[in-house]
Amino acid sequence: MAETEGIQKKTLSDRKNVCAIIFSGCNHPQNSSLDIVLKLCKFSRVQEILHISMGTIFSQAIQLIITADAALLEIVALSLRVTLTAVGLSCVIGLPIGAVLGAVSFPGRGLVNVTLNALMGLPPVVVGLVVYLTLSNSGPLGVLQLLYTPTAMIIAQTILVLPIVTALTRQMVEDLNAEYADHFSSLGVRLHQRVAALIWDGRHRLMTTVLAGFGRAIAEVGAVMIVGGNINHATRVMTTAIALESSKGNLELALALGVILLLVALIVNGLAMTIRGSTLRAAYA
Amino acid sequence: MPDSFPRKADDKVISGTFSAPLLEMRGVGLGSDGRRIIGGIDLKLAEGQRTVIMGANGSGKTMLLRLIHGLESPDEGNVLWRGQQLERFARDRQALVFQKPVMLRRTVIANIEFALSARGITGREKKRRALDALEMAHLSHLGLKPARLLSGGEQQRVAVARAIACAPEILLLDEPSASLDPASTALIEELIGQAHRRGVTIILVTHDIGQARRIADRVVFLHAGSVAEDGPASQVLEAPRSDAVKAWISGRLYFDPPQKNDT
Amino acid sequence: MMRILKALPFVALFVFGLTAHAMAQDKFIIVQSTTSTQNSGLFDYLLPIFKEETGIEVRVVAVGTGQAIRNARNGDGDVLLVHSKEDEEAFVAEGFGVERFDLMYNDFVIVGPAGDPAGIGQSDNVIDALARISAAGAPFLSRGDDSGTNKAELRLWDKAGLMPGASTGQWYRESGQGMGATLNMATQLGAYTLSDRATWVAFGNKGDFAIRVEGDPALFNQYGVTLVNPDRFANIKAELGQIFVNWLISSHGQELIGKFEVNGTALFFPNAHRD
Repeated sequence: MAETEGIQKKTLSDRKNVCAIIFSGCNHPQNSSLDIVLKLCKFSRVQEILHISMGTIFSQAIQLIITADAALLEIVALSLRVTLTAVGLSCVIGLPIGAVLGAVSFPGRGLVNVTLNALMGLPPVVVGLVVYLTLSNSGPLGVLQLLYTPTAMIIAQTILVLPIVTALTRQMVEDLNAEYADHFSSLGVRLHQRVAALIWDGRHRLMTTVLAGFGRAIAEVGAVMIVGGNINHATRVMTTAIALESSKGNLELALALGVILLLVALIVNGLAMTIRGSTLRAAYA
Repeated sequence: MPDSFPRKADDKVISGTFSAPLLEMRGVGLGSDGRRIIGGIDLKLAEGQRTVIMGANGSGKTMLLRLIHGLESPDEGNVLWRGQQLERFARDRQALVFQKPVMLRRTVIANIEFALSARGITGREKKRRALDALEMAHLSHLGLKPARLLSGGEQQRVAVARAIACAPEILLLDEPSASLDPASTALIEELIGQAHRRGVTIILVTHDIGQARRIADRVVFLHAGSVAEDGPASQVLEAPRSDAVKAWISGRLYFDPPQKNDT
Repeated sequence: MMRILKALPFVALFVFGLTAHAMAQDKFIIVQSTTSTQNSGLFDYLLPIFKEETGIEVRVVAVGTGQAIRNARNGDGDVLLVHSKEDEEAFVAEGFGVERFDLMYNDFVIVGPAGDPAGIGQSDNVIDALARISAAGAPFLSRGDDSGTNKAELRLWDKAGLMPGASTGQWYRESGQGMGATLNMATQLGAYTLSDRATWVAFGNKGDFAIRVEGDPALFNQYGVTLVNPDRFANIKAELGQIFVNWLISSHGQELIGKFEVNGTALFFPNAHRD
């Protein structure tokens, strides 16, 4: 008993010194590789103190995947469904609008561009709140009864992804348009032909834009938490599940879910790249 | 679109008579940033002629071409198409080949088809003309290759063939073989010849005297933004009257005041 | 061709996502409740039983007490289940709720580090413990989020005649977050904190912390359940909601609540007074 108390006391004072341990090397004037190695050793010490084990995290992640844990599959499927639908909708709306904005000169263009770029930084939790207030039973669209459903989550994520797709498309089209402006002018290409040609011509770069939108959506938690409610078996996605486990103190499970989320993102990106085609074709970008 | 301008059949042969001017420029001038690039241009172009525009760098050759094509509007004077103000539709009757070939990020044949679609030609006619153009340029074997992966010479041949496939009344070329080797240059000139035989009016900007000798019926020499000399090729090139041309031919005119928009 | 095949799963999920909302919506109600109730595991235990017996799916939105009440005031829930009696009674008095019923109680505990800087030891006197913490200037972490737990904590300080808010940012700090997040922070900072027993027992990151104060009647934590008023809002599933409320306060529901245990400890004590 005394022994455990002794260990506990030691761990407690160690814990207080966590920050000191991590950052002790920072004021050193020299930054040799030895210092870096020492810092890494200290990191594993940090893990020990915080009672987190990298090993447990990865083994939990692997176990969840191998056993095809039903709850896990459910939240992964919902995450993908919500995010891919949101990204799809954003592309359908954002690609043409972005392309037209990039291809056409109009008064106030500069202001529109600045606004669009700024909207890329919309805070997810703010979007969530606004969508909640709109879809709430006391709100203007309460009659639709969409709150706490995946549809509300799709709406919120579409609002977040749309500026990204539109702004990046606009930039890409504007650059390409400068390249082709004389040629199009000479041929007498009409606006819709021009927009279609520019979108098709920039298709490789657009893939990256779409993936940027996907990354933003799959990783956000603020919006889907508020409009979805993190309801078990109904609106729980990966990010809200991580937040939940974290709030319960199950840090390792939360991190394991985080590892799985990263894996899902990797797989989606990998698939997208193979759709994009070989590097030879990408070379004529 | 006015019906009074019938499209030419591809294989109609025109004799080189000087009939009513296809294109006329009266007192045309254009400036930029307060500097005059081009001024006091009076020019008449007849159908079926091969006109070569020459001059040192900075003399305003490219700007003249862009004015003829309607890509720029003159600050002074008028550009007239068959006696009428040059409108947008007239640009459809012309085709311009840029100094550096502009290729979309798609296959060679798709590039040609795109230009044809833009001109309103679709379906089987579009396919036929595209294949025709490829054959004309001796590039049938490269039809499905990404256009940007072709060499400079090949791309330019595609650009010229693409322009010809649109069946223009005037073919404008801005130093098309400036950076090409003699073989590609010869092929380009052959294409221009084919176009001429189909009745297309040629306007070629070049600084290559040899090319001018091979192609030109008539030479317009620009110096410092105005026409220094304008006449039949044999006369301007072999027995020039103006000092500018004389100096240029002997290699002594190698400085023109730097102007914008002209390489 | 291969590229089309590879794109298919994405397209399928996209179309599926669009049409999903049109798919069958079974009988369900939405309950606005608190994170502490959710995290205790009570719902995971009770709701499947309820669904089996009645065919009604209960969807719980677990947020802070203040947010839960606010959501219910917007009509975004059919039933309100929180532990803040004053606020619940006001909710009914202002016409947002039909009637409030006592449901169950549990208690609060004060947890603290093994080192015990305030020298509390094991106590059943919360007022005395708070006085010691204040006197020693030992670190204390408050929820600071207007939740039921937070309000209970502030009432206790008040009863002890202390005003720790004056020292906010020093030994007294406010996390502004839910119970779980606050416990995470408290164990890291080595700070005392007030928690409901249920969350503490289920908490997975205790470190060297243990319960320091328990059993004081002042730490009693009453839960209540209220049906949201259908006359106030359109689209309230009053019938289904009433079935749920009745089930909870019925002897059957109460028995189940009493049976719910974590690590061999009963977390909630049913006390609905069925008249």
